[in-house]
Amino acid sequence: MSAADVDDLQSVVRGGPAKGGVGDRVFKGFATGAGGLILATLAGVAIFLLVKAWPAITASAEDLPNQESLVAYIWPLLFGTVVAATIAIVVAVPMAVAVALFISHIAPRRIAQPMSYLIDLLAAIPSVIYGLWGIAVLGPAAVPVLEWLSDNLGFIPLFEGPASSTGRTMLVAGVVLAVMILPIITAVTRSVFEQTPRRLQEGALALGATRWEMIRLTVLPFGKSAIISASMLGLGRALGETMAVAILLSVSGGISPNLIGSANPSTIASNIALDFPESSGLAVNALIASGLVLFALTLVVNMAARAVINRQVRI
Amino acid sequence: MTAIAPVKAKSVKATNLNLYYGNFLAVKDVNITIEPNKVTALIGSSGCGKSTFLRSINRMHELIPGAYAEGEILLDHTNVYAPDADPVQVRRQIGMVFQAPNPFPTMSIYDNVAAGLKLNAKKIKKSDLDAIVERSLRGANLWDEVKDRLGKPGMGLSGGQQQRLCIARATAVEPDVLLMDEPASALDPISTLAIEDLITELKKEYTIVIVTHNMQQASRSSDNTAFFNIEGTGKPGRLVEVDTTEKIFSNPSNKETEDYVSGRFG
Amino acid sequence: MSTEPTEREHVTEPTPQDRPAARSLAANAQAHAVEAPVGEQPTRVRPPVQVAGTVLPWWAPWGIVAGVAVLVAALLSISGFNLALWVVATVVVGGIAQYVVSRVVEGPRRATDRGVTYAVVAAFALALTPLVSLLYTVVSRGAARFDSTFFTWSMRGVIGEGGGAVHAIYGTLIITGCAAVISVPIGILAAIYLQEYGQGRLKRALTFFVDVMTGIPSIVAGLFAFALFSIFFGPGIRLGIMGAVALAVLMIPIVVRSTEEMLRIVPNSLREASYALGVPKWRTIVKVVLPTALGGIVTGVVLAIARIIGETAPLLITTGVVASVNTNPFDGRMQNLAVFAFSSYKSPGVPPEPSIDRAWTAALVLILIVMILNVGARFIYRRFGTEIR
Repeated sequence: MSAADVDDLQSVVRGGPAKGGVGDRVFKGFATGAGGLILATLAGVAIFLLVKAWPAITASAEDLPNQESLVAYIWPLLFGTVVAATIAIVVAVPMAVAVALFISHIAPRRIAQPMSYLIDLLAAIPSVIYGLWGIAVLGPAAVPVLEWLSDNLGFIPLFEGPASSTGRTMLVAGVVLAVMILPIITAVTRSVFEQTPRRLQEGALALGATRWEMIRLTVLPFGKSAIISASMLGLGRALGETMAVAILLSVSGGISPNLIGSANPSTIASNIALDFPESSGLAVNALIASGLVLFALTLVVNMAARAVINRQVRI
Repeated sequence: MTAIAPVKAKSVKATNLNLYYGNFLAVKDVNITIEPNKVTALIGSSGCGKSTFLRSINRMHELIPGAYAEGEILLDHTNVYAPDADPVQVRRQIGMVFQAPNPFPTMSIYDNVAAGLKLNAKKIKKSDLDAIVERSLRGANLWDEVKDRLGKPGMGLSGGQQQRLCIARATAVEPDVLLMDEPASALDPISTLAIEDLITELKKEYTIVIVTHNMQQASRSSDNTAFFNIEGTGKPGRLVEVDTTEKIFSNPSNKETEDYVSGRFG
Repeated sequence: MSTEPTEREHVTEPTPQDRPAARSLAANAQAHAVEAPVGEQPTRVRPPVQVAGTVLPWWAPWGIVAGVAVLVAALLSISGFNLALWVVATVVVGGIAQYVVSRVVEGPRRATDRGVTYAVVAAFALALTPLVSLLYTVVSRGAARFDSTFFTWSMRGVIGEGGGAVHAIYGTLIITGCAAVISVPIGILAAIYLQEYGQGRLKRALTFFVDVMTGIPSIVAGLFAFALFSIFFGPGIRLGIMGAVALAVLMIPIVVRSTEEMLRIVPNSLREASYALGVPKWRTIVKVVLPTALGGIVTGVVLAIARIIGETAPLLITTGVVASVNTNPFDGRMQNLAVFAFSSYKSPGVPPEPSIDRAWTAALVLILIVMILNVGARFIYRRFGTEIR
């Protein structure tokens, strides 16, 4: 190649000024706009729900469904929501921590990864299918257990009975929710357990600790705040979970401590799903008002969970 | 294709250059003239600011959040830090090769070399592009090794080949100056030698500035050497002395330099 | 740089051979405490090295459980055998037996270790029981109507036997497709903002609220879409696109999070290499960063689709229930498979069996879709995830 060719090529290469400025500004604008849109959407959820709930909030009691005040309408639903979510958490957290430990520290390495896929699969199954499974399989299977609880622990108000003959009770609904939230709690705690510094773990083992002592001395303290925030994330899920409860729970009556009977309060989410298609007028506004309460509740729980978790690790 | 005729490259002149990371003054008051078509080595202990200075020449320094520069750097007679200077345009004139080879993993060998042109959305005829790719790969002493597999991924090459690929990529856009940040530190001795030979050839066309930790490398392949030093932790790095490589390694005028090159320090 | 997020630091678990050393260490310490008076003796005599300990053989845990299983079976057969009771009793008694044997032979510390291990494994097995039972139930009950009619007929004019879910399959594809069309560009752009441009308070706020948004109940997203559209079109409005908006609210944060993660593992050296060639930032992002992360981003999008494709609650209140095919998301009601399964089960009509069968088949199809998407996502990641050092 001659020098003249090089010059030609150079002119090809060098041609024209950089057009980066405009492109950069436009592209950055789009990206920032998308971020802003997300924030606006979240604000929009709150605003539109408030706008649509307002007529019910300001209406007098006799105009609302069942001629009762909005508070009296939402209160039993809120109670049901919290009870179902509480059962779910009580059942799911110990299980999830155990499963997380199994995958992170106990299972042989070869099977740990496939096993965690299986647990993730639990999260992939649509909630409507959990509902179908709950009403068709778990409910009937739980009836003997519910009867045993009512016969032997009936003196505790929670198990007062009479036991439901279909198993469509608060306790069973809570257990189904527990299965559904188990994967998220497992995922969060597991990833933190796995980040326990090796030097701490090896230090414990070098002192002659058994595996469990090592876990108790290093892994669990290290993962404590992760367990807390994961439980709160799970709680948020359980509070808002709709379809499984809507299908499974037999609803009638209001607040009751009895977890194994056939008369249960509904939850906010399942009440909306079931009543919304048949509602009109102020009843719709009242349902949206209950949805606003649910939104606020889950928002607080999730924000708290994120605040705890962000201090340690982003999941 | 015959050997490439020498091209007159451009000089680089830094005047009263101060480099900051946020509030921290990392490099203080650098004044240096880097001669065209010469290899200038920057040496000094770790953290003395030589890499920071190198990255400031093509305004890569300011990519780190909070980092900025004071003073001026003239490329021939144009200040790259002039208020109306576009850092993107500056980097097209002043290319860079990094410590670890970093070919684009999604691109073939051919596309890696052509990346600088293609990414800038230049409309170039295929035959012209082919010529540029071949010339750049020949210039990087890589053509014979890869000419039969130009469509294969660049990541498939060995470390030394990858680094030469990166040099070809940098030269394909025809910069005036080539900055090299310890280009051989991640390579085995044979690949290192190949890179050093290449550097000696490349100075026919380019002004080369190279950061190195390796004294033998500096003495073998550079014409001029600049020694940077730091007084202590938290203190800014500064340019102690710049001279011909021969003088720096045999008879430096500064005591610090002498201690460093004779291995009494650092 | 580690690319596999699931790669974990693995601490080699102590084998039974190492552990007795612990006890002899403890014994050492004790012996020293007794025989080391301050300063007096110039040479101390250490107890002899002892590495062997009394340890149960490796097959002991399995052997004990198997033994207990036989024993329980024998006991139960007296009063009438019950599979569920047998399993539960075996697990519980087996655990206790193992603890007791270990405590007697190996001492309390090893016994606790074994007990906890046993409990953790049992909890894991228990957690998988619902999965197995659920999959078995859905497959066995869904198989009845897993036929060509199901995939070619709608429910228009169908009463009782026959009928299919083709309208719901169309609905699923259209609603989910629209949701993806809305979410993917917004999600990816927002992730680009967070990872490549963002700084300061807006970045922190967005990061936090995207996290919070992942926790919005799906029914609330549905109410949002309903409220938004009903303000403009009145309360009776039901459209496919409303459902898509609701699902997009659920999908966007998932896309943002996964894309952000993938952009984060693109090494900075590639960005620098591109900048050093004089490529502007936006072209660097579009031509270098995004292609490098593409496999991971697509994987994340597929997983996000898998998460929303089975949503029911938000669609009940935004797209409604319908029996015939509607392919226009901007006009009239629509239904996806999940809503189809729910409404078929909840209001089956008379006789109920055909409708309930259809519900299970819809559930089966839905699970198949979700599984395919999940497996496909992993395949995409393995096959197209660019190897990043």
